[in-house]
Amino acid sequence: MKSFTYQRVTTALDAAKAADKTPGSKFIAGGTNLLDLMKLQIEKPAHLIDISKTGLNKIELNTDGGLRIGAMVNNTDLASHNVVRRDYGLLARALLSGASGQLRNKATTSGNLLQRTRCPYFYDTNQLCNKRVPGSGCAAIAGFSRQLAIIGSSDHCIATHPSDMAVAMRALDATVETVNVRGEHRKIPIADLYLLPGSTPHLENTLQPGEIITSVLLPPPIGGKQIYQKIRDRASYAFATISVGAIIYPDGSGKLALGGVAAKPWRIEQAEALLPKGSKLVTERLLAGARPTGENQYKIMLVERTIESVIQQAKR
Amino acid sequence: MENDNRLKLSRREMIIGTTAAISAIAATKLTSIEAGESNKIALADVSFVVNGKKQHLALDTRTTLLDALREHLKLNGTKKGCDHGQCGACTVMVNGRRINSCLSLALQHEDDNIVTIEGLGSPDKLHAMQAAFIKHDAYQCGYCTPGQICSAVAVINEINSGIPSHVSTNLNQSPILNNDEIGERMSGNICRCGAYSNIVEAITEVASKAVKKAR
Repeated sequence: MKSFTYQRVTTALDAAKAADKTPGSKFIAGGTNLLDLMKLQIEKPAHLIDISKTGLNKIELNTDGGLRIGAMVNNTDLASHNVVRRDYGLLARALLSGASGQLRNKATTSGNLLQRTRCPYFYDTNQLCNKRVPGSGCAAIAGFSRQLAIIGSSDHCIATHPSDMAVAMRALDATVETVNVRGEHRKIPIADLYLLPGSTPHLENTLQPGEIITSVLLPPPIGGKQIYQKIRDRASYAFATISVGAIIYPDGSGKLALGGVAAKPWRIEQAEALLPKGSKLVTERLLAGARPTGENQYKIMLVERTIESVIQQAKR
Repeated sequence: MENDNRLKLSRREMIIGTTAAISAIAATKLTSIEAGESNKIALADVSFVVNGKKQHLALDTRTTLLDALREHLKLNGTKKGCDHGQCGACTVMVNGRRINSCLSLALQHEDDNIVTIEGLGSPDKLHAMQAAFIKHDAYQCGYCTPGQICSAVAVINEINSGIPSHVSTNLNQSPILNNDEIGERMSGNICRCGAYSNIVEAITEVASKAVKKAR
């Protein structure tokens, strides 16, 4: 790990100001992803701003009937919150399917959203990676790519976003609230938070330098059968090969987002209109323009069959 | 025989001696590398409670909670396995919750209350979970065991406080205690000897009593 200086802040605004003042700084919350990357010298911040004690660890009922989730709420507390379990089952299920008990106790809501890819070529500093070293090339495309992206990818990057929680947040139309160094607040629909790789895969989201997430807003409960189905290589404690987060209504309509297929939770609203017509048509529309590698082409059929499984579960 | 005196070193003393010799060589190299890159070491203070005792440390900012426990406080019970949050050998409890101490900076634990395997029980007065691990032969090499035991104690607290898991069939009911629940909740602790079935038996025994007590 490279040496760094460290400071604690007590408010999000102080964090934004500290980041503005100190070039090369990074925020640290739970640290479960950042420290891992720092040990491998993939991340090399000169200064860490500890935001874990900024008081953003509350879950509150919003005036519109939705929820305001503080950015520092850990994954365990979010998944076990009574209202989340009762009204946002998809979110609770997605959280519980991710990581381990130890990690969920530490990992935060905003940290989960902003975690980096687990592409093995990003993690191996001996390999070429445009996300880690812009312009260096991508060893993953011609490499072992069975876990990697099939859609929204580019000739520069086929990394996926690893979060389960973000898939649920996308299907539930969450909004991210931020503050910047000037104290200005901004609301970013989660649909607009993530960037696709294009020719700049090192740019992963639309946050401005120093802008910090303070909370995540969930709209009022939308009911329906809420299902998160995750396909992975072992039964627990593994990242998704693919996942489907869905809300299905008795008439067969619904909403759904995919994990494990792109650099962001993948949702195409027009595809959802086809839900009553079955998984095949939904998948065709949802994955139109997919560009899988030879190794991960299987994911297209896996998506279709997992959507079918979710539709059938909703009927029970 | 005179020669036998040399063999009276304990395994730990032997390892400490050997490691110190290696560290001495490594430290020399490190100093020269750092001088070359003019890589300054930043220090900072932190205070927390470990096993009921207040501790004040001045640490290299890079020190993880795991290294603070092992290298600075000499609490060697907590083990370093992968050092990347994948194996669970470093599991300790912070403010009543289990975490991977390898993926946490010591500096982030100002005022926290930390419990390690040394704080759960002692050879004279074992924690119920430690006794159950011995009774059920829930280990072979023992390296993952402190992490397994800390995790297991926390799992029972989690079940008792109603935290659901991936395998809980109903999110709105209290989780029940069965092999599936224990397996899922313990998935962050790897045992490369494969003592899993006995680990589950040990946890089941303690949990059954703990859950009964709670009711």
